Amino acid sequence: MPATRNIGDVLLDVDGISISFGGVKALSDVSFDVREHEILAIIGPNGAGKSSMLNCINGFYHPQEGTITFKGKPRHQMQTHEAALQGIARTFQNIALFKGMSTLDNIMTGRNLKMKKNLFWQMLYFGPALKEELEHRAVVEEIIDFLEIEAIRKTPVGKLPYGLQKRVELGRALAAEPDLLLLDEPMAGMNIEEKQDMCRFILDVNDEFGTTIVLIEHDMSVVMDISDRVVVLDYGKKLAYGTPDEVRANQDVIDAYLGVAHE
Amino acid sequence: MEFLNAVFVAPFLDIADSPVFFAEVVIGGLMSGVMYSLVALGFVLIFKASGVFNYAQGAMVLFAALTLVGAMEKGAPLWLALLIALGVMVALAFAVERFMLRKLINQEGIILFMATIGLNFVLEGAGQIAFGSDVKRLDVGLPDNSFEVGGILFNTFDLSAAFIGAAMVTTLALFFQFTPMGRALRAVADDHQAALSVGIPLKTIWVVVWSVAGAVALVAGIMWGAKAGVQFSLVLIALKALPVLILGGFTSVPGAIVGGLIIGVGEKVAEVYWGPTFGGAIEGWFAYMLALAFLLFRPQGLFGEKIIERV
Ligand SMILES: Nc1ncnc2c1ncn2[C@@H]1O[C@H](COP(=O)(O)OP(=O)(O)OP(=O)(O)O)[C@@H](O)[C@H]1O
Ligand SMILES: [Mg+2]
Repeated sequence: MPATRNIGDVLLDVDGISISFGGVKALSDVSFDVREHEILAIIGPNGAGKSSMLNCINGFYHPQEGTITFKGKPRHQMQTHEAALQGIARTFQNIALFKGMSTLDNIMTGRNLKMKKNLFWQMLYFGPALKEELEHRAVVEEIIDFLEIEAIRKTPVGKLPYGLQKRVELGRALAAEPDLLLLDEPMAGMNIEEKQDMCRFILDVNDEFGTTIVLIEHDMSVVMDISDRVVVLDYGKKLAYGTPDEVRANQDVIDAYLGVAHE
Repeated sequence: MEFLNAVFVAPFLDIADSPVFFAEVVIGGLMSGVMYSLVALGFVLIFKASGVFNYAQGAMVLFAALTLVGAMEKGAPLWLALLIALGVMVALAFAVERFMLRKLINQEGIILFMATIGLNFVLEGAGQIAFGSDVKRLDVGLPDNSFEVGGILFNTFDLSAAFIGAAMVTTLALFFQFTPMGRALRAVADDHQAALSVGIPLKTIWVVVWSVAGAVALVAGIMWGAKAGVQFSLVLIALKALPVLILGGFTSVPGAIVGGLIIGVGEKVAEVYWGPTFGGAIEGWFAYMLALAFLLFRPQGLFGEKIIERV
């Protein structure tokens, strides 16, 4: 369990991030850091700014204030593509898979940045291009085994049930062999059994590959179980930040959650 | 009564009477159908990958053909002229990405559509300034004579054109299905955001897609140009692609292919058998009537995804 892994140095440092949309302050002056190999959970009521935080980290949103430092390099207006290049992969709250493509092809797209052959070769399917393609295929097959989705390799993902789609999306993110994995509500809408599977996969990824994970989750028991540290957001502000036990005992958190409907 | 007979009975009797002639008409239709498919394919590629309805596709056909003829008039051999024209179309793709798409990222579809109307005028104008506006003969050295198989008359030029068109379509289909780049293109067409998150560079994809659409335009321009001369009316072929797209669905590659064939065959058959009843020249508007019928009864086209309004 979490305590046995050796947590390393700071991998991601979020410092004083603010972003607003029109009149809505989605995040105001939020700071925290994520250390290598840890699992950090972001929790908070609906509209608290959790997804916005992930979007800032992977470059979809550009915060109006504050800096994000990843692997010791501060950045300002980073594009999503560069974030991916630096080793950040993610899943989305409202699954963003390539619906018309098979499970295998979806996960293969996750290998995109690992493709070494240049554009010209990527347009072909023979010689060195084919050789490289097969190497990537082997990695993807491992991921498919790991996530226990062999049976749906060739199925177009649009036809899969919700829980499996979430799993395929995790597979696509893993295919990039990321250093930092961002998961936006990986268990939302799942039944207990599916949630347990997903928990196991997340812990295994963290354990076996040492991947650092930031996840958003509404289910408190899950959060308290799998995370090393927790950031609590409320109306865009950081309400609490610490170990699950510390957060659970925090009076502000108890107040904020009392009477607030959440899934 | 006589009219009903001419519409519902006589044409079918004619067909039954002389199946060989009917086969000839259908084959003729398939030949021009392949060309419609090719132009429609250019639209679909761009529409899928960048969500832009490219009004300038017809102008691209004209511009590509003009460049080819221009290079040949300057004394370049065919292969060199082909390379030059292809190079110009790829350069155009870079320019479109750099000066148009990049500036208009995240804009409404209608804004992008208007930008392509602008592009259309630029291409038409530039083509005429550079190469003049006379009808130009284009001779690509394909043999143009006829032969007979089983009583059916074939034309070698039409056959070669259809063959090249079909080869091009097949190559593109394989490219999309199997190569890493094809997969990236399909990914972008499916979900922009997710494609970005796995690090697929949109800008590169756009350049590739517009280049491929340029190459498709070049082939279409050569085939039509060699048949009817390179002239302004090539732009109008793009208008024929519109009914093809309505039939096939704007986002479907197989749809563009099948739609093109149906329109090609449909208009030829209609012209030959029903033309006289309607006073002739229905080849000109048949495609649009068919498209209209489709819009009424199956607006998503043959292969397009079913549109379910979110409420
Ligand atoms: N792109 C955007 N444009 C406008 N407003 C936005 C945008 N993204 C987020 N917001 C607003 O910012 C606030 C925070 O949204 P966010 O999606 O980050 O919340 P969340 O904590 O993920 O909520 P949930 O639990 O419902 O997913 C909301 O008020 C939302 O409407
Ligand atoms: Mg959210």
